[in-house]
Amino acid sequence: MENLIWLIPALPLLGATLLILFGLRLPRVLVPVIGAGSVGISAVLTILLGIQFLSDGAAMYEQQVWQWFSVAGLSPGISFHVDALTLVFIFVITFVGFLIHLYSAEFMAEDADYSRFFASMNLFVCAMLVLVMADNLVLLYLGWEGVGLCSFLLIGFWYRELANGYAARKAFIITRVGDTAMAFALFLLFQHFGTLNIQEILTQAPQTWSVGSQTAVLVALLLVGGAVGKSAQLPLQTWLPDAMAGPSPVSALIHAATMVTAGVYLISRMYVLFELAPTAQMVVAFIGAATLLIAGFTALTQNDLKRVLAYSTISQIGYMFLALGVGAWSAAVFHFMIHAFFKALLFLGAGAVIMALHHEHDMFKMGGLRHKMPVVFWTFLIGSASLAAVPLISAGFYSKDQILWLGLAGERGSVILYIAALLGAFVTSIYTFRMVFITFFGEEKTHISHMPGFWMKMPLVVLAILSVIGGFIELPHNFAHFTLFTNYLEPVLPVIVIDEGLSTIEWIFQIVAAVVALAGIYIAYLFYLKKPELVQNVENSRFAMAMHRFWYSGWGFDALYDAVFVQPYVYLSKLNRNDAIDLIYTGFANLTQWLNSLFARTQTGMLRTYMLGVLVGALLIVTISLLL
Amino acid sequence: MILLWMIVILMAGGILAWLSGRVNDLLPRWISLLAILANLAIAAWLWLSEPATAATKQGAWLVQLNMEWVPQWGIGFDLALDGLSLLMLLLTFLLGALAVLVSWNEIYTKVGFFHFNLLWVLAGITGVFLTMDLFLFYFFWEVMLIPMYFLIGIWGHENRIYAAFKFFIFTQASGLLMLLSILSLYFIHANNTGIYTFNYFELLGTSFSPAVGMWLMFGFLAAFLVKLPVVPFHSWLPDAHSQAPTAGSVILAGLLLKTGAYGLLRFVLPLFPDAAQEFAPWAMLLGVIGILYGALLAYSQTDLKRLVAYTSVSHMGFVILGVFAFNELALQGVVMQMITHGLSTGALFILAGFLYDRIHTRNIEKMGGFWATAPKMGVIALIFVMASLGLPGLGNFIAEFLTLIGSWQAHNWLTVFATIGIVLATAYSLRILKKVYYGHNITDHIIHDLTGREMLIMVPMVVALLWLGLYPQPVVDTAKPSIDEQLQAYTNVPEDRTISMEQPQSINQPTDSLSQLKTKGGAYGLK
Repeated sequence: MENLIWLIPALPLLGATLLILFGLRLPRVLVPVIGAGSVGISAVLTILLGIQFLSDGAAMYEQQVWQWFSVAGLSPGISFHVDALTLVFIFVITFVGFLIHLYSAEFMAEDADYSRFFASMNLFVCAMLVLVMADNLVLLYLGWEGVGLCSFLLIGFWYRELANGYAARKAFIITRVGDTAMAFALFLLFQHFGTLNIQEILTQAPQTWSVGSQTAVLVALLLVGGAVGKSAQLPLQTWLPDAMAGPSPVSALIHAATMVTAGVYLISRMYVLFELAPTAQMVVAFIGAATLLIAGFTALTQNDLKRVLAYSTISQIGYMFLALGVGAWSAAVFHFMIHAFFKALLFLGAGAVIMALHHEHDMFKMGGLRHKMPVVFWTFLIGSASLAAVPLISAGFYSKDQILWLGLAGERGSVILYIAALLGAFVTSIYTFRMVFITFFGEEKTHISHMPGFWMKMPLVVLAILSVIGGFIELPHNFAHFTLFTNYLEPVLPVIVIDEGLSTIEWIFQIVAAVVALAGIYIAYLFYLKKPELVQNVENSRFAMAMHRFWYSGWGFDALYDAVFVQPYVYLSKLNRNDAIDLIYTGFANLTQWLNSLFARTQTGMLRTYMLGVLVGALLIVTISLLL
Repeated sequence: MILLWMIVILMAGGILAWLSGRVNDLLPRWISLLAILANLAIAAWLWLSEPATAATKQGAWLVQLNMEWVPQWGIGFDLALDGLSLLMLLLTFLLGALAVLVSWNEIYTKVGFFHFNLLWVLAGITGVFLTMDLFLFYFFWEVMLIPMYFLIGIWGHENRIYAAFKFFIFTQASGLLMLLSILSLYFIHANNTGIYTFNYFELLGTSFSPAVGMWLMFGFLAAFLVKLPVVPFHSWLPDAHSQAPTAGSVILAGLLLKTGAYGLLRFVLPLFPDAAQEFAPWAMLLGVIGILYGALLAYSQTDLKRLVAYTSVSHMGFVILGVFAFNELALQGVVMQMITHGLSTGALFILAGFLYDRIHTRNIEKMGGFWATAPKMGVIALIFVMASLGLPGLGNFIAEFLTLIGSWQAHNWLTVFATIGIVLATAYSLRILKKVYYGHNITDHIIHDLTGREMLIMVPMVVALLWLGLYPQPVVDTAKPSIDEQLQAYTNVPEDRTISMEQPQSINQPTDSLSQLKTKGGAYGLK
């Protein structure tokens, strides 16, 4: 089985290649068969591989497909490394990816560019798999950029709308800023270790660098730079909301479940470096905390259903970063997995709603869909419950509660982080149920035109089931103490040390978290169902409206970057369009021409001017010689 | 002899094509194509039959030819081929063949003379890549220039005369400075040894005072930096590239620029090691300025060919950055950059030519939405745009990554700024895609998709670029002996320029600091 590892990314690549080469000539029915089929087989292979991995107790599988290049000691291979951490990611990518492909088969069925869609999706799955399976950082970088390309292609999938093109370009450029930081990290790592093999770096680093070493901090911070770009964290978060221009399955797969968590993968993969760089790790935690709050408050004000979900994704990844920052590695990965389930579910549900309402994105034009679309409603509700961390019955509760708890009680946790996370949880449940109540309750505002069929409903149901039972594989230790997931990851990621003093009163914090989540839901209920006039009251306050505008704009980051980076660059570029340096040369040429015309004028052909010239010249010379 | 044959085939083919142009238009096309393909076959055969990895007796040299030409002045007809030249020749003939195919439906006036010029430019380039005699080198350097002048001046676009003159003056003036240096070198060598010779190998060991070495190097640099081009000597390039016919642009961007890079590697590095090291930080700085300045200008161009031309300025900045880093990684990157840039930029010019063919404008403001009717063209454009922004998986990534990771060892901060150039590259590259293929079609033309002939041109380039991106090792192996040879003068230098795994400081002292890091990598730090 472990000899077939290469097939897992190769099959989607094959699918993409077939679709690119023959997509226009294939019968339409075959397109989703190839597209979803290739990912499906990969998912089956992954599950088989996982079963074998668990049963034979191997620490990791490695496979080199070929030597990529080898120059002066830098010899990355096209080589894969699969361990427990990788398997979690591969599982989510292939399995959730497969469900989303199935959903897309129906969702995109009427689109003229059916095969282009599946080709890009397959290519994405391949690149994402390469990213998480790479055994060296150069190959990881290939996957890293590859997912960026596919994200670009799929955001701009409906290319006729210019706005989509802009959004796609914005996403690519901003993530590239982060990638550049990551490239510096690679240069530094190679300079110090003479290799870019991940495992070699992880074993050599503690021997070379002491804890807190400046270079280690620098490298770790540069890696964070890459991670915040891909994972849409502060300060590079602005691309993700615009990325919603892509079709909903794309948002579900790329901008919720997989690609945007690449940063989480990168940091947990390189955790050794972060343990050597406590400063960098603290930065990660605070980036996470700040992002989850900023994005949470922004989500509270959005009208576009998908934008709410986008900001919610940014906020949830903020939780993962917070967990990484306090050293709760497995909690971050656990939340990644659960988040992938429920956020993919929410995006797919949103897609079904949007499709049913003639591509209407505005929540305030929806409403009353509860009875018309029961399957979508119930699955969406389950996903929302998970997102809002409704106690006990939702998977999100277990994963988020763990982060809240470790943010306080973990060895690097702090009260500030805990309060931020708690406040974030409160806001999360408000905006989540605001979204649910506005969209599915109240009266119907737009006529439903298209009901989702089997292939769209089935993935919703599967993901809804996972969004409930997924949480039960990891339970708090005072509550059944069932830590399957942490145990599973333990060989790869160290278990966090908990402040013993606090652990006796853990139950208090759990109750607080539960109350906060429920209170948020109640507030949403109060404002958007029971007493809508309360919203009116808020709108009458000028301060509240100013806040609302500020939050709505995503805290002004877009305007800031536009003013500081984009406009000056474009201005400078336009100003210099004709290349100032060229002026030197044309100036030189013009000078020559001017001198030419000047002297040409002296050649008049008239004897008297020549005589005059001679006379003046002679006089001048005589005068000068006399003066000297 | 086989080396001479390659040049002779092209020159004879050129004359034959000119003459046959009187019969009909098709004959010169076929003659040129066959002549170039014959050379391509020879080069490919050389590559396959003599794997460069096997150490040959003459060091890096695979084939040599020494003939007397003007013995009383020490001028010889000396040709030699090593891995570097071989790779350059393969690129030359591949792009040459594509240039003929591109012109197939584009050039209808003076077809015979056109192909004569085309083949003679290629002959000049071939000569430049092969010759081991500095006088002969200068001769071929001029042979490239004059037919190119005609190509731009006769078959170019609306502003062709201006562009042709500009190209000619820049190249000629800088070439004369090089001639001056060559002659000085010749006389200095004669003064020292009493032997009058232009032979490269003989001149390699010439000794001169540091100041003289610096001036001599500047003479060579003048020619190469203008050709490359390096900001601020680049301003001939946008005009020449945008005004030239498609084949001319392909050869300019793909090959003529590479002769500058080749000159740096072949002549500047081994002839003037001391001067080069002294100048290195400034050269790298010029490279970085070129990368950023070219990218800035590319972003706001509206003429598609001009835009691509400025991207060349930006990409060639990596070449000079890498050359003056003096380590194997960077030089491998440079060689790879020469090849991949030739392919990717050549392809972008060809695509611009295809578009011009269809809508008769190069203005991207008038384009848009072409993906709808020309998906094949869109996919291919996408691939080359991605190559231009350095997407991993395509050859350009290998080139830029190796260059940067190599130059990082030599100079941290300059590399940082060079890498920022990649972000800017993303901006201008995606702009092409967005302007041309996204949005709605606002022209009154329906853009039809690529034809069979056009696919025949593009597909080999795509395949080559993918191959170089995923398995570049054959090229790396071929170039390695040459690179080692060029770097010989630099490997005995006391400071550690090549990266090594056993950096003693970093292992013995875990508490290394940033300041240490700088001095370690920046052997050529700008002080």
